[in-house]
Amino acid sequence: MKHRYLKNVATLRLSAEKCIGCGRCAEVCPHGVFSVSEKKAQIKDKDRCMECGACAKNCPANAITVDSGVGCAAAVIMGWLTGSEPSCDCSSGEKCC
Amino acid sequence: MSNEKSCCCSASSCCSTKSITPYDKNDKWVTVEIYTPKGSVPVVSTNLHFKDIFGAWKVRWGIGRMNYKISPGLYAVGKPDHTSPVLVSANYKLTFDVLRKELSGLDCWILILDTKGINVWCAAGKGTFGTYELVNRISKTGLSEIVSHRKLVLPQLGAPGVSAHEVTKQTGFSVVYGPVRAKDIKAFLDSDFKATEEMRTVKFTMWDRLVLTPIELVAAAKFSLVVFGILFLLNLFAARPFGLADFIAYTGAVITGTIITPLLLPVIPGKAFAWKGWLMGLIWTFGFIWYSGWFAPESLLLAIGYLLVLPSFSAYLAMNFTGSSTYTSFSGVIKEMKIAVPLIAISLIVGIVLLLINSIWV
Repeated sequence: MKHRYLKNVATLRLSAEKCIGCGRCAEVCPHGVFSVSEKKAQIKDKDRCMECGACAKNCPANAITVDSGVGCAAAVIMGWLTGSEPSCDCSSGEKCC
Repeated sequence: MSNEKSCCCSASSCCSTKSITPYDKNDKWVTVEIYTPKGSVPVVSTNLHFKDIFGAWKVRWGIGRMNYKISPGLYAVGKPDHTSPVLVSANYKLTFDVLRKELSGLDCWILILDTKGINVWCAAGKGTFGTYELVNRISKTGLSEIVSHRKLVLPQLGAPGVSAHEVTKQTGFSVVYGPVRAKDIKAFLDSDFKATEEMRTVKFTMWDRLVLTPIELVAAAKFSLVVFGILFLLNLFAARPFGLADFIAYTGAVITGTIITPLLLPVIPGKAFAWKGWLMGLIWTFGFIWYSGWFAPESLLLAIGYLLVLPSFSAYLAMNFTGSSTYTSFSGVIKEMKIAVPLIAISLIVGIVLLLINSIWV
């Protein structure tokens, strides 16, 4: 059974203008969000994006942007309470994603 | 495997004898050493021993999990030479074991990055499995003098931390992202570095979810000790002391949030993890209260209290599992939490007040 998460929340953006069609985004995406045809990448299924940031990091044309935060729910709550950025600090904490 | 003369160069004088990667001589997973122009490299076994399997079990339960690592550097599998592929991975021992057990019969190099003992995907998210560390490790090990080709195979899940074109620019090595799962590496290498769409896609099977649940349970258990401590003190002057039935009700809610909800994740209706956890917690709590006969008028306060507290607690625990899941986006988690956290908090507070009233004054 396929997992689906909340719709219309992913911050993924692709600039067709900047895209050079290298296909790296489709190579690194763990959820098959991209497809490449006629030397241009397209976002096939945005709701499957988990914002890991692999595509943006590996796009040589800087055509992709995505806000890729990390942190488990407990870290986010701590962030809200302390007014800091949530961080999944695996090296010091006991619990982590 | 035991041939120690499997040297890259015929004349022994050209081989440096210094060790590129330090390792503990007691480690059973290092079989011999192989000599390269830059020094000796440990050759690792592709079999897991009892100690490796027991070690994996321990970290799954959170025992010594933050210090289960190997030395970063270069390792060898089989009898690699200057044309053999280079696989890059993390220095979490669990990750390393999962990788090497899939490499039997292969001759290759493994370049281990210093990810502070964190797995590839989490480390990539944090950036420790990253461009900077990779570039550094290539130069520290002298990799460009050990292999004559200029290609690195990285795990696909390392991609959030590594900028492939940046690595090429800085080192001359091109980056090919291999499959998500180590078990596909042989097929990937055999098909000339081509990964199928199936190899590229992350899954989250029931087994994947099951192995993640012990760590959630351990964390909840530690918190629960505090709860039990407080209840013990309350019992000293409570009119209705907390007993075995309360313990079962509470423990059931913890198991519902940390184990049952993750296991049944895709079949529970809805999308938000907190909702899924709440729903399962409600079913448990409702069932247990009904079974215990707490819907009777004299214990209705207790029933309402538990219906407010326990499903909310399951919801919180399930929401925490978003951090372990392989498909939730950070924006989605924030959206979910902005709605769920206030509701959980209100429900918990009102429920706890009712339970206290019921226990102390009624």
